[in-house]
Amino acid sequence: MSQRSDDQRVVITGMGWVTPLGHDLDTVWKQLMASGSGMAPITRFDASTFPTKFAAEVRDFDVNQFVDDPSVHAHAGPNTQFALGAARQAWTQAGLTPGSFDPLRAGMYLGAGEGVLDFDNYVAVNLSGWNEESRRVDGVPWVKKALEMMEAVNEIEQEPNMPLAHLGREFGLRGPAYNCLTACAASTQAIGEATDILRRGDADMMLSGGTHTMIHPLGVTGFNRLTALSEHDGDPTEASKPFDRTRGGFVMGEGSGMVILETLKHAKARGATPLVEVRGYGSSCDAYRITDIQPDGRGAADAMHQALTQAGIDPHTVGPDGRPAVHYISAHGTGTKENDSIETRAIKRVFGDLAPAIPMSSIKSMMGHLIAAAGAVELITSAMAIRHGMIPPTRNLHHPDPDLDLDYVPNDARVATVDVALSNNFGFGGQNDTLVISRFED
Amino acid sequence: MTTSDRRVVLSGLGPITAAGVGIESLWKAACEGASAISRIERFDATGFRSQHAGTLAADAFKVRDSVPKSYRKATKVMARDIELAVGAAAAAIADAGLLTKPDEPVDGPTIPSNRMGCHIGAGLIAADVDELTLALRKSVDADGQFDYGLWGSQGMGHLTPLWLLKYLPNMLACHVTIIHDCQGPSNTITCAESSATLSIGESMRAIQRGGADACLSGGCDSKVNPMALLRQQFAGRIAGTSDDDSALKAIRPFADDADGTLVGEGGGILVVEALESVRKRGGRIYAEISGFGAAQSSCPDTVGARFAEDDPGVAHAIETAIRNADLQPADIDAIVPFGSGIRAMDDADRRAMGLVFGDRLPTIPLMLPIPFFGCCGAGTGAIAISMAAKAIESQRLPARVNNGETDGLDAAATPSREADLNAVVVFTTSLGGQTAAVVLTRVAEDES
Repeated sequence: MSQRSDDQRVVITGMGWVTPLGHDLDTVWKQLMASGSGMAPITRFDASTFPTKFAAEVRDFDVNQFVDDPSVHAHAGPNTQFALGAARQAWTQAGLTPGSFDPLRAGMYLGAGEGVLDFDNYVAVNLSGWNEESRRVDGVPWVKKALEMMEAVNEIEQEPNMPLAHLGREFGLRGPAYNCLTACAASTQAIGEATDILRRGDADMMLSGGTHTMIHPLGVTGFNRLTALSEHDGDPTEASKPFDRTRGGFVMGEGSGMVILETLKHAKARGATPLVEVRGYGSSCDAYRITDIQPDGRGAADAMHQALTQAGIDPHTVGPDGRPAVHYISAHGTGTKENDSIETRAIKRVFGDLAPAIPMSSIKSMMGHLIAAAGAVELITSAMAIRHGMIPPTRNLHHPDPDLDLDYVPNDARVATVDVALSNNFGFGGQNDTLVISRFED
Repeated sequence: MTTSDRRVVLSGLGPITAAGVGIESLWKAACEGASAISRIERFDATGFRSQHAGTLAADAFKVRDSVPKSYRKATKVMARDIELAVGAAAAAIADAGLLTKPDEPVDGPTIPSNRMGCHIGAGLIAADVDELTLALRKSVDADGQFDYGLWGSQGMGHLTPLWLLKYLPNMLACHVTIIHDCQGPSNTITCAESSATLSIGESMRAIQRGGADACLSGGCDSKVNPMALLRQQFAGRIAGTSDDDSALKAIRPFADDADGTLVGEGGGILVVEALESVRKRGGRIYAEISGFGAAQSSCPDTVGARFAEDDPGVAHAIETAIRNADLQPADIDAIVPFGSGIRAMDDADRRAMGLVFGDRLPTIPLMLPIPFFGCCGAGTGAIAISMAAKAIESQRLPARVNNGETDGLDAAATPSREADLNAVVVFTTSLGGQTAAVVLTRVAEDES
């Protein structure tokens, strides 16, 4: 299947996630297969007067069950905690132990979001510094109050590279370490770049993925002001409706997805079991507008083309079994009018007449949009589809949109042989990233 | 020649610092030994440990002048960090002699749009407290307490609809890619002070793998605002200052009495380009990016404000970069370390340089940008690499302003002087433990 040598082939040997649908591979997968939903009223703060009052929150998660020494993570923010939980699962599945790898050849590439503001204190500090006369915040009372109310370590923990710092410490990783933050595409991009680092020989193994929560007052405020969120009035589990004619925005989720990537050579040498192979990565930039996606899907199509080319797959050919060369597409599928239309257009640009024959779905209909972490969680979903021979559905797809005429796997999971899967993510700001993975064959 | 053999060079420099916009203003200050640190005027910093920073003068840079007329409206949704990146990108493109979309080139851009990438590191962008608090004021109850109910129903409506987009870190790259129509690979790396260095390494990798022919690369950050300065102070990194004279001496990298650093706003965008592309168009070459290395350090405090005594990370990154350049430590003519004046970080720098360069270390000149411009967070590496590249091109070491004793290192105050510079290593270490190192080498004239 692959012409590449073992040090040029990159495999996933461990996967883990912390999501609104659960905190382990099997529980979440069962929920996805049952078309479950993680949406409910927001509990983190009083959102009762916000335009959007619901989200998909991670529930009953205790990071202490996933770390060796909880005291070294005592101040970790929720994004870091989710990352530790997901990474521990991946680490365990990959069968990694101290001494089984060279720390300097083991790196990290995360697409982790920033931490969560200490909102109540932040607001109190800002208000206490307000000078009604100048209509500005006066620095002197502001900093006096800030030094009084804010905790130093909590502020430092909000830096977006703090998940890296915690994971590096927990697992003893000393190789190349990066965090990228390209909005909703971040963790797809992280896994793609981590794969490239392995192929270039700059590391043998990479912990990669994403983590994020924006379910906090200013996060919901920001997306509400952009009118990007669903303001569905009714059952929150019916709010996220990717590809449905009545779709009205995305629903916020939170959590983390993490994978262990290694060269096949490294995996074989330590006797690890490859779960799937990472075959291709593509990345492009719309360079169009700060708020809108390039309307004909040029950028998204470009990312898919690059990933398929790197995977050695011609999107216009069918296999000996008569099937298209890609058997499942994990859509970005946010449930906004714009995304779902343009993503559909882009997929048609790439696959032409074969597009309707490829099942695609959006798990954001069930667990919401995990922002920077979405790509990693969706890639793991694609890997699970390959391994379980099942495709997760798009929940809440009851009103077909006449302009969206692909196979979105509405409402019910489907039995299917998936050998090759493609996962898309597109970020605010014009970032497009695609990964192609396949069943591992030696 | 396979794509992995593609050589990558710096063909344009666009630093933006308290000394001004562009490489000439940086280089002039650095050669004259003129620190650009000044009193903070943006807000009253009296209650902070320091009231000084590296800030651009108001008339030195106006973002509206860096964008085409049709784009001026969009400058209203730019945080300061974004403004800096937009200004730096324009300077880098001009310096490299590239034509991009704003030039309306008749024969198309110098580098085709889909072959032009963009990797811009960013920090944790602080919300403008004046703008936010104006809205928060609409949400206080009769007792003066903030009320979530009032915020949801009224307060948030006072924020501009695009408010969030001012503060997403990838908006630096977003605006730059739109203005200059860069459709190639793009990324936003957020690893504090190592962000720009890692970004330049990523551009190098994108060009080597054939994904782009040139990239706008670097990072920008503004720490000259209350929240960003507070976070640095909370991390124990800020030197105490009293009057303006004390501020000019406050940053003393590697000195026995080093007291911390001062913040700055700035960074830079560099044009990272395939050597064959520069040659084809007859462009200028400052230096080749010959090697890159990165590592995560061992940090006993987890958050990486301190690095372990026996941390292998920083030295590993430097060694990897030198090996990647097919060089030996003995080939290195000068070093640009992080050199912040923050004790814990200086110690980590010094230990790592000792491990890599051994007995030769005291004889290798260091270049120290931070005492001139302050520590510009995610922009740090772009300033350091710009300085190193210009030094190689000029065959001259910049001056150093550093008022301390720096035993065992060539790091004390000194005027600028001529020097043979064939290979220079630059490295940055971050709050959080990420180190990135690059090796820049001279490209002989008959080669280019």
